[in-house]
Amino acid sequence: MSRIYLSEFQKQRIFHQLEQAYPEEAAGFLLGHMVAGYIAAVDVVIDEIVPVDNVSDAGEKRRRFVVKPQDWMRLEDQADASGLQLIGCYHSHPDAAAIPSAFDLEHSYPNFLYIIVAVNEGRATDMRSYELSRKGSHEHITAVVSAESWQEIMSWPHTK
Amino acid sequence: MSTIRIPTPLRAFTDGEASIEVAGGTVGEALSHLVGQHPDLRAHLFNGAELRSFVNIFLDDEDIRFMQGLDTQIAAGDSLRIIPSIAGGLD
Repeated sequence: MSRIYLSEFQKQRIFHQLEQAYPEEAAGFLLGHMVAGYIAAVDVVIDEIVPVDNVSDAGEKRRRFVVKPQDWMRLEDQADASGLQLIGCYHSHPDAAAIPSAFDLEHSYPNFLYIIVAVNEGRATDMRSYELSRKGSHEHITAVVSAESWQEIMSWPHTK
Repeated sequence: MSTIRIPTPLRAFTDGEASIEVAGGTVGEALSHLVGQHPDLRAHLFNGAELRSFVNIFLDDEDIRFMQGLDTQIAAGDSLRIIPSIAGGLD
């Protein structure tokens, strides 16, 4: 994946959810579709964001998130039925950088988009993404493109 | 035959197929048949002979870890589903 299209509204929804959960971690899923990129790569358009509960142990929530398998099942069914893909997930790093930890990488799957948001002192300050390559190394994707207007979003590659 | 539903990230290893028909009388046999058909899946499902800890297998709505694990009996027409364990956080 080379570029991620995320509307400013969706981005702010993610920030709001993760700021509300601070100092605990919070997470959600991304439903979207892939389109041909400009340079032989694949771009991703995020169509829906879906917050889910962090069900990690109560004493662990400041440094861990765990999602119920039932949430995965429900959203994968929803995505498949609507012609979208369960394309990735996002989570927060309270008072830490928006880069994958060793624990994140250990739990990552290939062909799945991971967005991390740094939430410092209760404010979302940075958003970055990565995808695990098939060989197991991780690639940082710096371009999370967001738009201010609906007109701008409509100019994005909607070819699903 | 039973079916195994493949999660989105692993469909790249099944030629894009979301559901694969498999033979076998237990979950373990069904998964062996699956990776026999699609060998690139093995590394994402198994650590040696054991199921990777980040992989959940559901028989209908029940996690096989709370049944008999890979020895859980299945019958023709049963639906299995591979669910990635989604977790992360700070070190």
